[in-house]
Amino acid sequence: MSNQLTGIGASAGIAIAKAFVLENPALEIEQTSISDAGAEIERFEAAVHRAKEELEVIKNHANEQLGEDKAAIFAAHLLVLSDPELLNAVKDKVNNDNVNAESAMNDVSNMFISMFENMDNEYMKERAADIRDVSKRVLAHLLGVTFTSPGAITDEVIVLAEDLTPSDTAQLNKQFVKGFATDIGGRTSHSAIMARSMEIPAVVGTKTITSEDVEGKIVIIDGIDGNVIVDPTEEEIAQYTKKKEHFEAKKQEWAKLVNEPTTTKDEKHVELAANIGTPEDVKGVLENGGEGVGLYRTEFLYMGRNELPSEEEQFNAYKEVLEKMDGKPVVIRTLDIGGDKELPYLNLPKEMNPFLGFRAIRLCLEETEIFRTQLRALLRASVYGNLKVMFPMIATVGEFRQAKEMLLTVKEELVGEGIQVSEDIEIGMMVEIPATAAMADVFAKEVDFFSVGTNDLIQYTMAADRMNQKVSYLYQPYNPAILRLVKMVIDAAHKEGKWAGMCGEMAGDQIAIPILLGLGLDEFSMSATSILPARSQMTKLSKEEISSHIDHILSLATNEEVISYVQEHFATEEL
Amino acid sequence: MAEKNFTVTSESGIHARPATALVNKAGQYSSDVTLDYNGKSVNLKSIMGVMSLGIQQNSEITIKAEGSDADEAIAGLTEVMENEGLGK
Repeated sequence: MSNQLTGIGASAGIAIAKAFVLENPALEIEQTSISDAGAEIERFEAAVHRAKEELEVIKNHANEQLGEDKAAIFAAHLLVLSDPELLNAVKDKVNNDNVNAESAMNDVSNMFISMFENMDNEYMKERAADIRDVSKRVLAHLLGVTFTSPGAITDEVIVLAEDLTPSDTAQLNKQFVKGFATDIGGRTSHSAIMARSMEIPAVVGTKTITSEDVEGKIVIIDGIDGNVIVDPTEEEIAQYTKKKEHFEAKKQEWAKLVNEPTTTKDEKHVELAANIGTPEDVKGVLENGGEGVGLYRTEFLYMGRNELPSEEEQFNAYKEVLEKMDGKPVVIRTLDIGGDKELPYLNLPKEMNPFLGFRAIRLCLEETEIFRTQLRALLRASVYGNLKVMFPMIATVGEFRQAKEMLLTVKEELVGEGIQVSEDIEIGMMVEIPATAAMADVFAKEVDFFSVGTNDLIQYTMAADRMNQKVSYLYQPYNPAILRLVKMVIDAAHKEGKWAGMCGEMAGDQIAIPILLGLGLDEFSMSATSILPARSQMTKLSKEEISSHIDHILSLATNEEVISYVQEHFATEEL
Repeated sequence: MAEKNFTVTSESGIHARPATALVNKAGQYSSDVTLDYNGKSVNLKSIMGVMSLGIQQNSEITIKAEGSDADEAIAGLTEVMENEGLGK
């Protein structure tokens, strides 16, 4: 009997191979007294030496497989093992307290780990994991414990582990490791990111995969739907082999579309753009054939730090994105913070209903200095590309006017200072609040564009907190209530000769895409990796044909009815 | 003894990668090399010492070297600061 576990699909694809459990034994450190401190220090130095040799091998391997950038972390790990502060502290402890090397090493590294963990900088906090990784390597040598090293795998396997450390993932050889599954982790954990960059299927967060009886058994990893099947039946193997072939054929088909424009079957063009959080994300946008950036979330510039980012820092980030996109449209959303996304250094009071509270544009219109700094940085960067500025969480026409007015004032100031600012900056807004959708015809006279933020629009329309499991069934993107609002927004924009986009999860969704195309959406902004499947789907859809179904779709009663209707009548891209 | 002041211009301050370059360079000299920041002084040959300072953009730092090759050390480290775009 096969056994299926569900986790989070971290890297798409299917892999079928024998299980290989990467043991991660707990190291038991006992403190003992020693009599010959000199010999103990020699033993310590030998362990450090062996650990360094291992790291050299890992570093070279990472260099070849992942590139110098990802290998840099192991150069830092090597330096930790040459660090006089660390080595001398351990040796002093052995000498002065006459304790064994493992307990001295453990104490000293724990001291450093807690020092880094207590720093108030996110980046530094993460370095604690690096020190833990390095010191474990030395401790294992001191204790004579051998770890199964992923680098030693020479059979085709699926690696199963509680979690994978940076040094584990760097050692995975794509030739043999066909995929992996872990107990813990999420889509953004280190192992998930590495799996995507190595392009091997992975499922993380299965909770219990390492506790299953997997010894010598075949395992299937389905990174598309986030499933792991232990000891599959013959039918399951056949079924997943087919799914794998299908996925790989699809991938090749998609890859051909990277440099193609997005064209429907009836030769209509729509723009497929990407959502990004940092300038580094632009690389993925271009690799996946993005025709623009439909949403640059600037809040990441403000998070994980102790103070507001300076105008210069923001300017550099915006300029980098605009330059890298090389004239393609870039919609930058002004600060969307407050509510659930907190910035501790702003000292905002806790709220009962953060999603309905003091956030985004509401905060910016009150804390005008924060807003002004961002607007200055945006306008200064505008000459480096095709910038469009978007205000989040607009509820009233008054708010939009006030925000736009501030932008124009800042622009005049800059021009007065002799600084160049582009003359063709479009100014638009997010549609996330049902009130805005209802008033879209009025807004459309004043904005240059709309972009529908579906995650928030759905939760405000259905009055359901998307973080609350009990009401999560109300998160219904295809509910005709949502579709009708989206239609109002698109129609209002077009009536005034403006464009309408969408930048929520829904824009890249295979069921939503045909409907949105039929509704006349101009720009679809999604995760970079959804662009090629969406482009492929578009080639099979006729805009004209779908628009004749729209009235019927909007008259359906439920979310489920809409899903079945789309599946029955239009092409979806099977993943 | 030789010393030199720098203003950190790199956007992300002195994080792991440039810190690695600095510490590697410092290790090439026999002089004692220290990094002073915000009233604290750490051994510049220690990666954890340097990282523990959490130096961010616009910080004022001082690099000091004491020993037979102190001047060479300062010159070499200045080069790293500049080449890595860390500061001037």
